[in-house]
Amino acid sequence: MNKPSIAVHKFSSCDGCQLAFLNAGEELLTLAGLVDIRHFLEAGVADEQARVDIAFVEGSISTDEEVERIRRVRENSTLVVTLGACATAGGLQALRNLDDSHTAWKNAVYAQPAFIRTLDRAEPVSAHIKVDFQLWGCPVNGRQVLAAVRQLLFGVLPAVVHDKVCMECKRQQAVCVMVTSGKPCMGPVTRTGCGALCPRFGRDCYACFGPADDVNTDALSQRLEGLGLPPADVARRFLFITSQAPAFHAAGLRHYRPGFVDD
Amino acid sequence: MIKEAGFLARADLQTLLDRLHDLGYRVIGPVVDDAAILYRDIDRVEQLPLGYTDDQAPGSYRLSQVDTPRCFAWADGPHALKPFLFAPRETMWQVARDSDGRLAFSAVDPRPAKALAVVGVRACDLAALALQDRHFLDHVNDPYYEARRAGLFLVAVHCAYPADTCFCASTGDGPRATTGCDLALHELDDGFIVEAASPRGHAVCDGLSLRAIDDDQRRAANDALSEAAHRQFRRLPSTDLHNGLLARLDHPRWEQVASRCLACGSCTSVCPTCFCHAESDAPSLDGNDSEHLREWDSCFSAGHAQLHGFQVRPEIRQRYRQWLTHKLGSWHEQYGRSGCVGCGRCITWCPVGIDITAEANAICADTIEEAP
Repeated sequence: MNKPSIAVHKFSSCDGCQLAFLNAGEELLTLAGLVDIRHFLEAGVADEQARVDIAFVEGSISTDEEVERIRRVRENSTLVVTLGACATAGGLQALRNLDDSHTAWKNAVYAQPAFIRTLDRAEPVSAHIKVDFQLWGCPVNGRQVLAAVRQLLFGVLPAVVHDKVCMECKRQQAVCVMVTSGKPCMGPVTRTGCGALCPRFGRDCYACFGPADDVNTDALSQRLEGLGLPPADVARRFLFITSQAPAFHAAGLRHYRPGFVDD
Repeated sequence: MIKEAGFLARADLQTLLDRLHDLGYRVIGPVVDDAAILYRDIDRVEQLPLGYTDDQAPGSYRLSQVDTPRCFAWADGPHALKPFLFAPRETMWQVARDSDGRLAFSAVDPRPAKALAVVGVRACDLAALALQDRHFLDHVNDPYYEARRAGLFLVAVHCAYPADTCFCASTGDGPRATTGCDLALHELDDGFIVEAASPRGHAVCDGLSLRAIDDDQRRAANDALSEAAHRQFRRLPSTDLHNGLLARLDHPRWEQVASRCLACGSCTSVCPTCFCHAESDAPSLDGNDSEHLREWDSCFSAGHAQLHGFQVRPEIRQRYRQWLTHKLGSWHEQYGRSGCVGCGRCITWCPVGIDITAEANAICADTIEEAP
């Protein structure tokens, strides 16, 4: 029997999720024995047109060329799995969607904006093609990626992580930074998968794994306001890395005003 | 029965820790870490939270230092005894595939290398332990819990410093430790009235230099506990909460509390009696080995009420109601008492400060008015 084949495609992104994949170390050698890696630029394998069983996609769809390319990935792949916050929920670059600031930002950021050919909006992959499974995180957790690969190789969809970061904090016996220090932690609305990394080191979660299921963003917004956060900061807590996730998009926009400057 | 053993001068507290270590225990006690009082491994009395006290309110916990020679001048922090016995995450069994494709299952030995001795346990947590025993030992006969429970040695400290969120007096579980420990201490400025509550406790006392207790010390200790009970202003309704809550499943208050509730599971995780868990498998990447895991779950999690293909409790309202009606209501049917011991952790450690006593009182308000 032929080994299953995989590809890791890069779109608008920082490559950090590919690196989290590569960081798996010894497990990567095991993986190489289990699957044919046909395309994975950070690992030095390049065949963008390869037909594969599983395509992992890093990055959001942000240019005309990417709109075309993601369609070809879909056509060439049995399963498409998004890899990380950009591919799953837009990433940082999707902040330009918020108030049509694409052109203004482009002109402000680039020395020669005339050479920059980007779309007005940066979109999650699912806005353009059907996605079979989503992996969250900025970056993804390498262990979680390999666990998903294992389950896909067994022929089942990976188990969806439902829990909020709070559950993982408590399992790890990390002390709540919101309760002890009044830090504006996003853990109560954020999907776990990171291992409660930030709170375990005394930092408030900033929601890089996107919204958990059944989130009460209104209640958390009220709490953040109660901790003294002005509306601009409440908006930033929701509209940061996963601003295109519907629950965070809606919650953020309730506090966001176009052209926000620091209050 | 708890019996007075004698007075241990403050300067001799180290001898108690030494004695426990000498008897082969891994000694756990309260220390200040991550801005809270947590249970950690200790071997020196200097590690104890000398002079620390806490200020707890719904959704808020702050430590501060006060001018006292005492080491136990605080109410419980976030950690109960629960994580030591009902592990937050553990492997229950393993399976490996050999080269012929046969599967070999193997058990995990849950016995700890050393039995635990925990110093500083409060009455509420002893009551919670008795409830967890009823569940894990009598109800489900759990070998993992049992292995860790078997050698557990408990040094209670009667609680003279309840937090504003505490209500053990109203549940009848504190502030005095009356059962379930091996030793119990009343902390006074110059030392401890030591009480022994088990043969093992008496044996530990035999190695300590204890003096006679005088009546002033006895009176000071008892007065402090009476005050500690009177200082508590939160209480659960004194009515029949089983019938009271189950008769009010459509009360509008469920919706109101759901609008504030984050369904984050913090309350059930810090609750010393909640025992829900989820099981999952963690196969190795090559697919030849796998571990079967158990980890804490919560009735507030989406996965907890997910049956095959549908969600039993899709709304937060239903999840909060499930928790409260079970904890305060149907727990009576299962375990012969309420599942709440009044430790107040769910109030303090709720990120938005939802107060179980306020909710229970609001939902049962009309029965309270009817009461004579």
